[in-house]
Amino acid sequence: MSALQNLEKGQVVAEASFALSRDTLVRYAGASGDFNPIHYRDDVAAAVGLPGVLAHGMLTMGFAVQPVVDWLGADGYVSDYQVRFTRPVVVDPAEGASVTVTATVGVVNDDGTARIDLKVVVGEQTVLGKSQAVVSPWPGA
Amino acid sequence: MPVNPEIQGRSYPATEPYLVGREKVREFARAVLASSPLSLDPAAAQAAGFADVIAPPTFPVVVQEHSLAQLLADPEAQIDFSRVVHGDQRFQYSRPIVAGDELVATLTVTSVKSLGGNSMVTAESAIVDAAGAHVVTAISTLVVRGED
Repeated sequence: MSALQNLEKGQVVAEASFALSRDTLVRYAGASGDFNPIHYRDDVAAAVGLPGVLAHGMLTMGFAVQPVVDWLGADGYVSDYQVRFTRPVVVDPAEGASVTVTATVGVVNDDGTARIDLKVVVGEQTVLGKSQAVVSPWPGA
Repeated sequence: MPVNPEIQGRSYPATEPYLVGREKVREFARAVLASSPLSLDPAAAQAAGFADVIAPPTFPVVVQEHSLAQLLADPEAQIDFSRVVHGDQRFQYSRPIVAGDELVATLTVTSVKSLGGNSMVTAESAIVDAAGAHVVTAISTLVVRGED
């Protein structure tokens, strides 16, 4: 049965925790081309008044949707994905950071799509707001 | 200096074609901690009916970046990049990106607002394939902080 069938509002479809280290940030900088030094240099982060080196917002957006991608498998794709960057994720040079994602069905639509709402937190604090992924059957399927 | 409100509605020329490479998709997928075989294993993607690996949902940022660079470099926009904070991001797809796609982005400034001394600029980059068919639109809202 397709992951997209028989969904119910409020159903948790995926949960995952992601351990970030400075290596994670450097890898994302290289892959994305975003070499802003606030994502890997403590001295630059401090000079601009940040509490520490921050994860790229687009990195957090990028992995936060992966539990949904894994749950969907080959049954469809994420056709619309939006977030608001509400709070930066500080990545300690030794301890790193841990981000937890909970994906819950927000809306089930008549056209076979559904909106999955993502709760993305560090400890108790939400780091991405209004984080919503619409899952759809493949186009032409 | 606030962002020039007159750039609302402005579009920039289409970016140079970006050829989506298999290894770039795999590199990006690993960087966003993806484990989906559809993005990492060409055989798995082919078994699902695709010509090659499928890009992760946020991959279009790589293509969008080239169009945002045009906006940030526009002297009339008066956007001080050192004061820019990423506020919101959205990707609206017509179909997934597959390795082998050749993509171009055309950016339009859809909104410029002032709010409490800050400026908020919303830019939509429509990304199309080599046939001119829509693939995905990447929408960013940039917050440009006012003078301290």
